[in-house]
Parts: sequence; structure tokens; C-alpha cells
Amino acid sequence: MSTHGHDSHHATTTSSGTFTRPLIELRLRVNGIDTVCVVHPMARLLDVLRESLHLSGTKEGCGEGECGACAVLLNGELVCSCLVPALQAMGTEVTTIEGVAPSLATLDRVQQAFVDCGGAQCGICTPGMILAAKALLTRCPQPTEAEIREGLAGNLCRCTGYTKIFSSVLRACQADGATTEGGER
Amino acid sequence: MSRAEVLVGLVGADATLQSRELPDGVPPSWRESSTLAVVGKPTQRIDGSDKVTGRARYTPDIKRPGLLHGKILGSPHPHARVHGVNISDAEAQPGVKAVVVLPHLLGGAKLESEKARGKLVPVVRYLGQPIAAVAAETPEQAKAALARIKVDFEVLPHVVDPDEALKPNAPLVFSGPVSMSGSAGGGGAKGGIPQKGNLRGPKRGAPRGKDAAQMEQAVAAALRSGQTVVRGTYRTQVQTHSALETHGLTAEWAGDELTVWASTQGIFSVRDELAEYLEIPTSKVRVITDFCGGGFGAKFGAGNYGVLAALLAKKAAAPVRVCLDRREEHLAVGNRPASEQNIALVSGKDGKLAAIELRGWGAGGAGAGAGFAGPANNVYGHCPAIYTEEFDVFTHTGPLAAFRAPGHPQGAFALEQAMDELAEKLGIDPLELRERNDPHPGRRLERQKAAELFGWSRRTLAGQLPPEGALGHIRRGLGMAQGCWYYFWSDDSHAEVRIHRDGTAEVLAGVQDIGTGVRTPLAQVVAEELGIPLASVKVSIGDTRLPVGPGSGGSVTTGSITPPARDAAYQARLSLCKEVAPLVGAKDLAPGPGGKLVGTAAGKPIELSLKQAAAKLRKEQVSGTARRKPDYDAAATNGRAWGQTGGVQLAEVTVDTLTGIIRVERIVAAHDCGRPLNPLLVESQIHGGIIQGISYALFEERRLDRRTGRMLNANLEQYKIAGALDVPRIDIALLEDLHGRTSTDARGIGEPATVPTAAAVANAVYNAIGVRLRELPLTPARVLAALAAPATGTAPR
Ligand code: FES
Ligand code: FES
Repeated sequence: MSTHGHDSHHATTTSSGTFTRPLIELRLRVNGIDTVCVVHPMARLLDVLRESLHLSGTKEGCGEGECGACAVLLNGELVCSCLVPALQAMGTEVTTIEGVAPSLATLDRVQQAFVDCGGAQCGICTPGMILAAKALLTRCPQPTEAEIREGLAGNLCRCTGYTKIFSSVLRACQADGATTEGGER
Repeated sequence: MSRAEVLVGLVGADATLQSRELPDGVPPSWRESSTLAVVGKPTQRIDGSDKVTGRARYTPDIKRPGLLHGKILGSPHPHARVHGVNISDAEAQPGVKAVVVLPHLLGGAKLESEKARGKLVPVVRYLGQPIAAVAAETPEQAKAALARIKVDFEVLPHVVDPDEALKPNAPLVFSGPVSMSGSAGGGGAKGGIPQKGNLRGPKRGAPRGKDAAQMEQAVAAALRSGQTVVRGTYRTQVQTHSALETHGLTAEWAGDELTVWASTQGIFSVRDELAEYLEIPTSKVRVITDFCGGGFGAKFGAGNYGVLAALLAKKAAAPVRVCLDRREEHLAVGNRPASEQNIALVSGKDGKLAAIELRGWGAGGAGAGAGFAGPANNVYGHCPAIYTEEFDVFTHTGPLAAFRAPGHPQGAFALEQAMDELAEKLGIDPLELRERNDPHPGRRLERQKAAELFGWSRRTLAGQLPPEGALGHIRRGLGMAQGCWYYFWSDDSHAEVRIHRDGTAEVLAGVQDIGTGVRTPLAQVVAEELGIPLASVKVSIGDTRLPVGPGSGGSVTTGSITPPARDAAYQARLSLCKEVAPLVGAKDLAPGPGGKLVGTAAGKPIELSLKQAAAKLRKEQVSGTARRKPDYDAAATNGRAWGQTGGVQLAEVTVDTLTGIIRVERIVAAHDCGRPLNPLLVESQIHGGIIQGISYALFEERRLDRRTGRMLNANLEQYKIAGALDVPRIDIALLEDLHGRTSTDARGIGEPATVPTAAAVANAVYNAIGVRLRELPLTPARVLAALAAPATGTAPR
């Protein structure tokens, strides 16, 4: 299981900030772990994850819901975490890229397929792409290439590795449901 | 020096063994990659699992105890004089730990007079120009405090449109002569060039070794000779790099030593710029870049944001992170300049080019934007008369930066459409016209391979494929274009290889991964030389404490750093032989094929694997170091071998004549990059080049409001870049083009891959609708306007 702590000190320093409204005690389940942190109700979920919870695998590309680099699963739904205020995440279940692999030594089949097919170039869009692919495969386990394109249409890759990203997702659904061993090479 | 046989030429075509002088200390030359174990095989990135798990740490992910957040105050005016900056109110804001004013501006062109003064330049020449910065406990506090910095602006009239800037009474961007320093990614402009108003030039050009004045006359004579002439005016837009990771840097001081984590393409360029700017010794600055989320040419040097982070960190006595937001990224850290190009081709009826003339301007904002003449001077360099003349036009917008093959996609857009037009006028197939004028062996084979893969024989004259769609409103077209790039490398590229007692190895080199994945080919060449598995090689890069490496610009990285890495591995093997020889009683122990050490002990031949030999070591490790050697045929080329990388792309598009929407259906790309060390990564670079090229051709454009000078689409929604739905089928033919000049024979591919794309798409669009679009991007509005109005170019036949 992946584990992480949270930095309540950092969250509390926010209280000396310019926020005038009271901070909230945000309770949510992140990658299977019940988590509490003290944040401003309008803090972006992206910052809560990256700064308060030290989960920096979720990236920021635009901060305006245009690029998908910050994508996470919120109660299983793909969302741009830069657009989700903390308050809205109260009581939810969040999956970030750090929670995708079944263990430290094993990759999820989508992750493994991205490694095998060269689906990551600079890698900055990769966490968001993988979560978008996970969301797609949950609602549509055997997508066509056209469905993959639709499913990833909200995620930009400037490098731009779409072609190998599509083949990664196709490969992931060919791989039989079980996870692939040997993520650590 | 010793003579040895090396394989030279295109594998599967004209490759032959040749005798060459090899410098001392290099390993035997490799034959074609099919004879190798690791090199030349499609190989997954060795850092792939870091990237897919979120473990890979990028600059914005760096956390330091007590980290402060820095925000920059950019000018709200495109042109102004700054009479004073008052920071005291900002300093008193909650959470604020430091406020600094930028001492002097980096980037863009500089007035000679300002450079002499060296310090504060109180003139704003573009909206978003950095002026001051705040570090605070939270980003929100820093942002809030920016509003409390009081700047005494004298707002001046501005001009943001190149056409307006050329008018007689246009506001001046620079009041006197300027020059601009380049980066490892290119760019730069020498001083001493005439300047009038906002127009600077001409810079006169001709093919290598030719005299521009003579060429100008030769071109004029050809234009009068009564042969076939094709003329056209082409325009290209401003494109912003839009790397998904914005520019950013975290700075931390320990006493007088500065450590920074930077999102950069050149760790040493960041180090040197910081040392120079802050007037501290180079040895006191350390730059670390584990991973970088893309750069495309714009990420060299510390930048104004980096200098501000270092100054804030010093003043606050705490680490400071400055990462730009998307808007700042569009405004202030570089772009591909706009251009207007007037081109004329002269040809005999036989399709032999008699002359190429190119005149025009490039507009790179408050920087020198010309530089599109590369393709005209080089792709058909055998044409007897070629003359180019370029001007810079200055406007009050953010200065350009090198952008993936600077100048070349622009230049190819004009040149290759003109060639297409000429082919039609002469009744010669476009591929055949290139065949008659371009003997480059790589492109020759590329044209042939690409045409076969693509089915070029399906092509008809413009507008003659049967209409498609329910209303017959879809037209299909096929087009081609080619490009060039150059064989550049950095001599100042060093590597160290260590072999440990357990038979594993490390390679250390001061390069950085900007997404191309350089760790993997480094591991491959070392694994190949040592005869050990890839997984036994640990690669350390991205730190200025490592041996100096090249900046990743100009497609130099692979061709600069893999030869010294292999040579260092070979040197390490030699030391291993020396250490182990007495222990196994084989005085003549020496490196053999497959990483083996071979010799004779007690009259019998012995053979040791690297692992067996290393296990005998009586010390922790042996190591070897190497510097990038000059090319092997140095004598023949004055030590600076010249070489041109090719690239041919064929495009198939459909055009919806009702909506004006162009869809690129397919691209076939044939490319050469010396010995492709890792075809999987080379393909990724080619895909990236093509898709960025399509994005440039169809979507991207910085839009400005003339009245306010503001960018109207400083985001990723209205500044549209290609997404998953815009990607065509892509097929690649990759040549193995051996030059026998270094121990790996690798060359870069990042830039050549994006040069011909927009031109190939535009030619295919012409072939579909019979009207030529001479201005980028090829938007639906432009398609519809072109279909409605009679064409200015050659009409379809
Ligand atoms: S950072 Fe959230 S969509 Fe771009
Ligand atoms: S891999 Fe760099 S943005 Fe997608």
C-alpha cells in the first residue's frame, strides 16, 4: 500500500495568510487512507494534494481546467483538481497517481503499458493521462481507438506523444485484467 | 592515431567500409546496429516507472524546509518608462518575507547604450515584462502583496503589430542600435547592423562558402533570363512554446553557496548566468534538474524569474520557489517569431532550379526575429544562385526565444510551397522536382521510402480527387515537403564511467532530460560497450557537479554526449584490464568483442566477462573519463565537420468546404539521424515534431489586442494546441545513416522532425481545394475566404 503523511504545520501556516474566512478541517480519503488537514475552504484540491499532503505526482499545467495535468479521480470520477475547491472534496474518496500502483514494486497495467509503449516523454502530462485512461477503462473496458481519443480529449501532451499514449491504452486493455509484475526494472 | 575500417553510408543502400584515421583512446567502430546487442534496439525508458508513478521529481515538486513562494510583478503596459518602484507597503503585508526589484532585464535585444550602463533599465518594452517580485509564506499572500508595489509608470505609445510597426510614425521600440546574445538553443543577433525605425537589417545570406553580393547579382540575372519564375508572399504567425511545465526555479542559499532546482534545458547555462548576474564564483552555484517538463528551446539560462528567485531567497534567508503561471508563460519567456517572406524561384523547363531569392522580415517582439533563411540556403544548396535578405521588425511584445528548429518551419513553409507551385507550373511531379534539385543522399532515400509507404502514386493534380461526403463537400488532398537541420555538437561534453566490483556500472554526465529521454541511450551505449545488461547501468545526470555536458538545444545532446560516454566506458575497460591482468597472469589482457576481456595466460587463450573480471578487482572500482573527440575525419573538414540532416514528410488531408475545417488524416515521415540509438525514442521525437507541426499549421496563434497590447488568448483554451482528437495516423521510415565520425555515430532528431510538417500540410490542402493558403495558421476562416475569392497564386489546372 502506498502511504503518506500530511503536513498539518504547513496547512496551519495558512491561517496567518490573507484569508479572512475560517479554515476548515478537511476530511477525505486519499489513495485509501483517511486524511485530515486544515485548509481554506476555497483552497484548490490540487494544492491540498501537492502542498499539504506532499503528493506532487499531480501536476499543474494551466490552473484553469484546460490541460488535464492535474487530473485525479474524485469518487471515481475524473476531475481537474485545479478546479475543485477543498470544501467540495470533503468526505470524498480521491485517487491520485501515487495511488494507482497496487504496491511499490508493482505497476498497474495502465502504468506498465505506458512504460512498455513509450507513453511518457517528458512525463509531465503522464499522471493525468493515466488517470484519464483509468477512468475511461472503468466505464468502457474495451475502448476503440476513437473512444480512447474521446476519453483523453481533455488532457494535453505538448511533447506530443499522443500516438504512443493511444497504443499504451490499447495495450493496457489487451493485458489480461491482472496487474503486470516487474514494474521495477 | 591509428587507421581502422569504419562503416560509412546508408545501411541497406550504399554503406561501405572505409579506412579512417581514428584518434587515440576510442573503441573500435561499431558496424550496423543489427550486429549490436543493445544499441539500435527499441528500448523502454529506464526512468519510465518514475514517470508513470508520480515519483519523478520536477522543479515545482521540490520541497525545502521553510520554502517561500515567489510571485512576479509584470508590467501592465506594453511600453512605459519606470520612474520609480516603491516596495515598502508590499514589504509590510502579512506573510511577506522579501520584496526585490529586478536590477536589469535578461532576454531580448538590448540597446548598445543600455548595455554599456549595465544596470537598471527603466524602460518597459512588453506587457508582462518583469519589474519586481515578492516572496511570502503562501502563493496567495505573495500575489496579494504584488498589488501593493507602487510603480511610477510613464505610459508611452506602443505598437504590437509588425505592419503597424513598419509605418513611418510608429512608436519606436528601441531608440538606437541593438544587439542580442544567443542561447545554446540558437538565436542571438550581432551588433553593427543598420537600423531604421523599428526595422533592422538587412542580414544578407547565401549558401555556405558563397559570397552574398555575388549571389545577389546572379539571382538578379536569373530573374531576367526569361526562364520560369514562381513568386509568392508567405506569412507565419507567432507561436508560443507552451511546454506543459512552465518555467520555474527554486533557489536556496547556504552561506555564500547557491543551490537551485531549475526547469531547464541547460543546467550549465543556468549556473553561468546566475554566477554572472549575481557576481559570485561559478563554483558556488549548483544547478539540479532531475526531470524537466518540456522546453522546446525556451528554457536556457536562469531567466528573470530565476534571478528574482535567487535574490528573494538571499533577502529572505529562506528557499524561494518561483514558477510562472500559464499567462506569464505565454507573455514573457519566448516565442517563435512571426514572418513575412517574399520568395521567388527561377527554373528551366527541365525543372533545374536556376535561382532562389528570399526577402522578408521576422518579428520577435522586443528581440531580433529574423532567421528563416536556413531552408532556402541549404535544402537546394546546389542551386547556382541563392540569395536571402532578412530584416528584424521590433514590436512591443515579449521577445522571441529559440523554438524547435528556429526559423526552419517558417522557412520551409514558404520554400516548399513555392516548390509545389513550381512543380505544377512545369507539369512535373513535386517529388520528381525535388529529385532533380536535391542530391542529399538521405533525403533521396527518404523520398523513395516515404512515397512507397504513402502510396504517392494515388496523387492527382489539385482538386481532381473525387469529392467525398453526403454533399460532396469533402475534398481530399496529398502533399509533400522536405526540410533540413544540421549536424551540431558541443566539444565540451564529458562523461565518466565507473565499473564496480559486482560488475555493475555508473555513467555520470552533466546533461539533462528535457523529455527526450537521454538517460536511456546513455545506458545503452555503456551497456553495449561493457557487455552488461541495461539494468546494470545506473545513469546520473542533471547536476552541475557532474562532468560538463551540452545544453539540450540544436539537437546536439545525443551526438555530443553518447560518444564520450562510450569512450569513457572503453577507458574504464582498459583500466580494468590493467588491474586484472597480473591477477590472472595474462599480461596481454585487452578489451575484446561483446565486452569481454581477452588475453593469454600460461600460453592458453583466456576470456573473462566484465563481471568475472570486476569480481577480481582489489579496489572498489575502476573508472574512465572522456571528452567528446573531434570527428574522425577532422583532417578532411578542418575539425568541424559539416553535415545536413534531412527529413521528408508526406501529408494527406481532407478539407470540409462547408465549414473550412482541415483534418490531417495521415503523415508519412522519413528521417535520418545518424545511427538511431533507440528507435522507440527516435519515433517519439518524430511524432512530437509532426504533431507540433500540425498544431502550428492549423491551430496555434498568439492573438493581440492592438489597442491595449494585451494577449487575448494567454491560456490553453483559446491558444489552441493539438489534442488527442487532432492526431493523424503517422507512419515512419527511419534510416540508419552511418558517418563513421564518432564512436556512436548518433545525431539528433528533435528539430528536423518538425521542419517540413506545416509545409507538407499546406501543400496537401492546395492539392485538395486548388487554392493556395499562404498564411499560417490554416484556419477554417482562411479556408472559406480562400474558397470564396479567386486565388492570387497559380490557379488549378
Ligand atoms: S492544471 Fe488543472 S487542467 Fe490544467
Ligand atoms: S510527455 Fe511531455 S507533455 Fe506529455
